[in-house]
Amino acid sequence: MSDLKSAQAEPLFNSNKKMTYLVLGFFAFLILLPALGPTKFFLHLMIMIFMHAVISQSWNIIGGFSGQISLGHGAFFGIGAYATSFFYVEYGLTPWAGIVIGIIVCAIVAILIGIPMLRLSGHYFAIATLLVGISFQIIFQRWDFVGAASGLWVPLTSEDSLYAIQFHSSKVPYYYLFLIFFTIIFFITWVISRSKLGYRLRAVRDDAQAAQSLGIDVAKHKIIAFAISAMMMSPMGSLFAQYILIVDPDRMFNFEISIIALLITVLGGIGYVWGPLVGTLILIPLAEYARIFFGGTGGAVDLMVYGVVLMIICIFKPSGIISFLPNHILHREKMR
Amino acid sequence: MTILKVENLSKSFGGIHANQDISFEVQSGEILGVIGPNGAGKSTLFDLITGFTKPDKGSVIFEEKNIFGLRPDKISNLGVGRTFQKLKPFADQTLLENVMIGAFSKESNQKVARDKALEIIEFVQLLEKRHHYAKELSTGQRKRLELARALATDPKLLLMDEVTGGVDQKTIPGLVELVKKLRGRGVTVITIEHNINIIMDISDHVLALDQGKKIAFGIPKEIQNNQKVIDAYLGTIDAA
Repeated sequence: MSDLKSAQAEPLFNSNKKMTYLVLGFFAFLILLPALGPTKFFLHLMIMIFMHAVISQSWNIIGGFSGQISLGHGAFFGIGAYATSFFYVEYGLTPWAGIVIGIIVCAIVAILIGIPMLRLSGHYFAIATLLVGISFQIIFQRWDFVGAASGLWVPLTSEDSLYAIQFHSSKVPYYYLFLIFFTIIFFITWVISRSKLGYRLRAVRDDAQAAQSLGIDVAKHKIIAFAISAMMMSPMGSLFAQYILIVDPDRMFNFEISIIALLITVLGGIGYVWGPLVGTLILIPLAEYARIFFGGTGGAVDLMVYGVVLMIICIFKPSGIISFLPNHILHREKMR
Repeated sequence: MTILKVENLSKSFGGIHANQDISFEVQSGEILGVIGPNGAGKSTLFDLITGFTKPDKGSVIFEEKNIFGLRPDKISNLGVGRTFQKLKPFADQTLLENVMIGAFSKESNQKVARDKALEIIEFVQLLEKRHHYAKELSTGQRKRLELARALATDPKLLLMDEVTGGVDQKTIPGLVELVKKLRGRGVTVITIEHNINIIMDISDHVLALDQGKKIAFGIPKEIQNNQKVIDAYLGTIDAA
């Protein structure tokens, strides 16, 4: 009996002090970074890292947590982008409200398309999301109300404005904006992964029938995961729209967004809270520096290197780069 | 008191009658053994009662509530637990996490759910393995995991599919003891079992199926001497 008592006295989660300090130190460094006088390019690189880490995390919620492969997640990015820009351009509504609208619309869209689509399993769900993603792009290309193919140009403010989320003199405010969303969304993911919901989503992913036998409503949980995932994607679209100040269907509903979210997550470690960040830290600098050295789109050199890296990872470490970490640390940070 | 009343439960797949007009009752607190040759319809019967297969007709009354045709998760939440013949552990999660997922069906507080899971893991005598991944456990241990996980949902009725199937001889007595101990937890048990000696040992009543039909129901002694049961197991002797 004393054995049971000692087992029950164990902490719910083994917290590793070193890891905690490491994570806190990392965030402290991120907060202080702009004070070190980074170049404009470096700030841009960091912004891209935050953005891609979040869109990959969003994908990780549905792909890693609940085990459904989505190939159309770019749709939620686009909805977020249009939500802020459209209401600002047409009605002068602050993009802050647009961010909230985007999140709400994404949740509703995810639930509406999730109810029929999440009945599909495996490849069929993936194909259906692919088509949804593409059809959103086509709809927005033809929808005059939101500017059709030429999109919306966000009217520039004369000076930096927090109300309009426009900063022309410096990238630092954007850096902090993206950092804040990055922190919040990673924190939410971390909380979910340790919560009852996290346990139940993992159960649904690992064995839907066993989950049902334990009283878990499988369809409902998949839809919840899909909606949370969509709600995380949306603000990244919104902020990116504020960052480049133009939204058009080709950029915002780009298929590449859906694919890159998946690739980064698989590379970094699907199902791990920090997997998307690890993947982003490798791929995004690679892509941005390739752009410098080879011009334009980077001559696709980044994608070639990336393809090789991905092959190596898939052969030797199929659960991603993060699985190089020792097991006891991994176990704590897992969703799997 | 009757906890489960099954009446005329039927299911066909194509032209095959997997279950045909099966009726029986289970009394609260007892252990009912279900026997029958391969293909008799035992696992189908479990799937029909627990909602994993939609029945064609009949009724399933659990605690005076008709659960016929409900979704599996609803039936589980009403208090009917089950284990699977083909084991379904959450392989990439630890034993403790597996059982906690069961405990979360009735309990939202993490600490309470964890402590309850640990208490049940001790009951199935795997406490020292609690932090092992399910995929690292032996078949016998995984059977205990499934039992623990189902128990964690606080079932009033537990359907156990082949408790001793696929485990080595040494492991069997421990598992049988565990099923007997369930009585002390106030759980009513229906168990499918191929080993006749075990069924006769642990059951209060035995339901015998053959080719989708009920061929006998009674206390173990009656079943042992039932001609239909003997025929089903040994084959009818034709005058050949």
